[in-house]
Amino acid sequence: MSTFPKLLRGMDASTRKRLAFGIGSFLLPLLIWSLVSYAPFIWHPKVMVTESGGVDYFQIGMLVDKEMFATEVENMRQAQQALPAGTPANPIYLPAPHEVAQALYRGLFEPLQQTDTLSMPASLWHSIQIIFWGFLISSLIGVPLGVLAGTYVPVGRLAEPFIEFFRYLPAPAFGALAVAILGIYDGPKIAIIVIGTLFQQVLIVANTTRKLEPTLIEAARTLGTRRLQLLSRVVVPGILPDLYRDQRILLGWAWTYLIVAELIGTSSGITWYITQQARYQHFDNVYAGIMVIGLIGFVSDLLLARLSKTLFPWDRSQERR
Amino acid sequence: MNANSAHLPSYLEQSEAVQARFASIRERDVVLEVRNLNKRFRSTHGEVDALRDINFSIHRREFICVIGSSGCGKSTLIRILAGLEQQSSGEALLDGKPITGPGQDRGMVFQGYSLFPWLTVKKNVMFGPLANGQSTSHAEREALLWLELVGLEKFADAYPHQLSGGMRQRVAIARALVNQPRILLMDEPFGALDAQTRAKMQSHLLDIWRNIDITVLFITHDLDEAIYLADRILVLKPHPGEVQEIIEVPVPRPRSAAQFTSPEFLATKARLEQLIHPAPVAESENEQAVKPHMIRFTNVADNVE
Repeated sequence: MSTFPKLLRGMDASTRKRLAFGIGSFLLPLLIWSLVSYAPFIWHPKVMVTESGGVDYFQIGMLVDKEMFATEVENMRQAQQALPAGTPANPIYLPAPHEVAQALYRGLFEPLQQTDTLSMPASLWHSIQIIFWGFLISSLIGVPLGVLAGTYVPVGRLAEPFIEFFRYLPAPAFGALAVAILGIYDGPKIAIIVIGTLFQQVLIVANTTRKLEPTLIEAARTLGTRRLQLLSRVVVPGILPDLYRDQRILLGWAWTYLIVAELIGTSSGITWYITQQARYQHFDNVYAGIMVIGLIGFVSDLLLARLSKTLFPWDRSQERR
Repeated sequence: MNANSAHLPSYLEQSEAVQARFASIRERDVVLEVRNLNKRFRSTHGEVDALRDINFSIHRREFICVIGSSGCGKSTLIRILAGLEQQSSGEALLDGKPITGPGQDRGMVFQGYSLFPWLTVKKNVMFGPLANGQSTSHAEREALLWLELVGLEKFADAYPHQLSGGMRQRVAIARALVNQPRILLMDEPFGALDAQTRAKMQSHLLDIWRNIDITVLFITHDLDEAIYLADRILVLKPHPGEVQEIIEVPVPRPRSAAQFTSPEFLATKARLEQLIHPAPVAESENEQAVKPHMIRFTNVADNVE
């Protein structure tokens, strides 16, 4: 209780203000969602039946359209039968915030009732592995190729036109091909992430490399650095902070390909979890699954950003953030 | 040109001490010799002569300034000497051997500092020795020695962005000198500094030059700076870049700020001004097209003068 205000007092005014805006940017959409969910007079196009009355097909807990409910109430009144009762409700695909929060908690910490699906943590772990391998393979090829293309003009001229063409080919289009070549399990999924990330990666890294100040290379050459050493002693250390930033953006990019990738072959991972829950109409679980992807992406990026401050103490562009 | 110029001695007149100094300089070995150097660029207007038929030589421990208006090719000249660009014809010899590329026998200081931002001050200075295959401990010892010489031993572990412009340029000088080059090439090194820091750096550079075995080729467009620092001033003329005159500065050494108003200094400056800023006829077409049309935005009665 007392540590949090202490933490706040330790910050200067501008940091506190920035933090307030940061929290606000999350609270604002949550507020809108809550209004739509908890204020019965906003939207709520359905009625949840609490008493079926004389209507033979009404069941308790059933969602019916507002107009239909009104017609049935009128019908019953004219037929002099018991009137049905109900409360305004939102469609099943829009659960309230607390329901999603409960689903998130259940999904993460309680064992699943259905036996044909993996639990949320297990699904997530599988997804994270797909992302990890996809991004690693892409980076192992893309970063060196990008640095070379950015440093040596002939390499760039040879590699970039084709890559420029290839990056417009939608990665999911290679799904069937990837399955034919790599089977139905994780192989094609990783391949889709690689295809989706690699080509952008080469171009972005090459561009970052080209932005390195040319006088730094000239200075190194006048100090006696030979051609090959330039790459390891000047180019790579010189672009490292920017390269790191690029990689952070590209990692987010890889996540966006995850859902498509996991639908290929046998569905798996968090996508399998989400589609399966949607099939059972457990939309609270669906939202929880989607949100957990966002949370992982957001938190991992925050951590990586924090890490870059310790990794690159000389990088001044961070101070402006 | 100058109201005082009638009373000034000729810039060619030298006191006996200055004459003796130049005689002794001429007896020293030639460190750098430039012979019939030409540089042609291909541009949108066809071939352009950046440098045409440049000839001069620099003796050991001589301080030479190259001066000229912008576009006279002074940067091209120093870049060729550093080995960062190739001449079209002619040759540049360092100790009699032709210059073919960059090398540790020539140190270069750039206007934009160009320190490696990811290295601390000490590691910046260690960069040269390490690149030339020396051991880390040796490189570190050398680096600390040279940092002490430029007065930055306390900042050895700071990063360049934490230093002021003048301090950064000191690091750049130490970084170039640690390789113990035969000649120090300086491309408008103090151009980005404020006047006060600049004056400090100039006298500091003279201090360094007095105390170590180094020859300096210094590019500037500041006439006072050139006269204050140089033994001889090489005046370049633009379009094409040609040597207009090599002036032996008659201001005696050791130099001090008090000499800025001495007759020799003023005579030399008058001569340089005559060479560099002749009657303003050569305005480019673009500049002639710029004709401000002043409109009065304030009340007629609201005058500032």
